[in-house]
Amino acid sequence: MKIKLKVWRQKGPNAKGEFKTYNVDHASPDMSFLEMIDVLNGELIRKGEEAIAFDHDCREGICGMCSLYINGHPHGPLQTTTCQLHMRTFKDGETITVEPWRAQAFPVIKDLVVDRSAFDRIQQAGGYVNVNTGGVPDANEIPIPKKIADEAFDAATCIGCGACVAACKNASAMLFVSAKISQFALLPQGQVERKERAEKMVAQMDAEGFGSCTNTYACEAECPKGIKVANIARMNREYLGAMLTSYEVGSGGGGE
Amino acid sequence: MRSIFDSHQNLLLNMKWLIDLFSSSLGRKVVMALTGLFIILFLTVHLIGNLQLLKDDGGEAFNVYAYFMTHNPLIKTISYVNYAFFVFHIVWAIMLTRKNRSARGAEGYAITNTSTIWSARNMGILGTVILVFLVIHMRQFWGEMHFGTVPFKTYGAQEVKDLYTICADAFKNWWYVALYSISMVAIAFHLWHGFASAFQTLGINHSKYNPVINFVGKVFSIVVPALFALIPIVMFTL
Ligand code: HEM
Ligand code: SF4
Ligand code: FES
Repeated sequence: MKIKLKVWRQKGPNAKGEFKTYNVDHASPDMSFLEMIDVLNGELIRKGEEAIAFDHDCREGICGMCSLYINGHPHGPLQTTTCQLHMRTFKDGETITVEPWRAQAFPVIKDLVVDRSAFDRIQQAGGYVNVNTGGVPDANEIPIPKKIADEAFDAATCIGCGACVAACKNASAMLFVSAKISQFALLPQGQVERKERAEKMVAQMDAEGFGSCTNTYACEAECPKGIKVANIARMNREYLGAMLTSYEVGSGGGGE
Repeated sequence: MRSIFDSHQNLLLNMKWLIDLFSSSLGRKVVMALTGLFIILFLTVHLIGNLQLLKDDGGEAFNVYAYFMTHNPLIKTISYVNYAFFVFHIVWAIMLTRKNRSARGAEGYAITNTSTIWSARNMGILGTVILVFLVIHMRQFWGEMHFGTVPFKTYGAQEVKDLYTICADAFKNWWYVALYSISMVAIAFHLWHGFASAFQTLGINHSKYNPVINFVGKVFSIVVPALFALIPIVMFTL
């Protein structure tokens, strides 16, 4: 199939970017979107032009590295990752516009690659549990209701891709942060740092310059892992509860 | 030895968490939700009062009610809280909207596609329409009632201001009735999203309660503005 690709090209973080149009004449409907760009890049290199920079890693939908804002949707029109999006989703001869994630907190590094280390810093601020050394506890000793375990697991499937930020009109990271807070808040192992975690992760999220959720739920509609906005409500409860009752007087949000 | 100054400093340090809370992204939204829900309660009471305008008694019920609302100390206190909440709702709305606009960054998208509902994306615009209406509305009725020269009427032993006639006169202007109705449409759209949204913001999202919250929200957002708008339309046509 033939595809016309309108791609955002930008030489570096501070360079001015612009759209460039490329024709891909030999795309197979069975290729993934990334393989289609690989083919185009091969041609560009042969012609002595610079290849289009884009993020990818596992190419099997589990690492969260691939991005791309395709025809007005993060990861394209299907609710999946870009590496799992196939060219058969598009029409022969279609013009496809490809842009990087757009957020103040995700600056463009080059072409379609953005810096998502803000997510790492949020995670480092509180997205962990402390595990003490000593004898190995029996795994079945802690009772966890199946429903709760499932709920925590669903939250833990978030791959940190940032599609929620890309989709949100406020570039809010709340679906991501709420998933990370929820996966621990629901489980017994997460109780020790529970309040501190909510305070610190929200404070870091604010400091990174993400917007504030206005409950439009664009994130839920685009998340490739089906993370639910009920997690955001849980985060709100966790954060409010923590701010009102934790022993910490001096921390917890308000970064501008 | 600790001086009074020290303990004041401690108090300030001790308040930092509160300031952090209300300047955080989540805390700001809580301000929106709490003030919004309070205004919803206020709208309900306001509507019950207004419906008395339609009573065929030359305005007696409405005027006596208006007198009560402007003289009862408890109601007066609540009304000042209400004004304050309006101000908070509006100021926080401006802060949030500005921050959210800048969060996208310098370069926006060339193409956007969204499946989200229109109301949810345009709360700021809807709010601005409501605000313009509020200013005119307050000048017209609240301002007249408090600072204007409103004629008096006597019911039994009670002498009260005749706000009914002020309303009836205002509702003879077609442009005022039109403005009023348009603003009620804006409130309807604002609450179509806002009612349920406030619960999500406060962390109330539960499969047992969501259907009720959504249903009540949709009914409220249609019925209450519709009844509000009905009053001037009926009085205009009479
Ligand atoms: C009849 C009067 C009003 C009522 C009953 C009302 C009610 C509400 C409610 C319940 C919410 C949802 C809060 C949440 O999502 O947590 C809301 C949001 C909002 N309101 Fe109002 N409001 C009124 C007037 C206004 C005015 C005058 C403005 C602004 C000039 C305004 C601007 C906004 C904005 C921008 C939001 C979205 C905030 C966000 O989601 O971050 N509203 N309102
Ligand atoms: S919540 Fe969904 S969209 Fe957001 S980072 Fe996680 S997996 Fe990606
Ligand atoms: S490359 Fe790993 S999820 Fe797409």
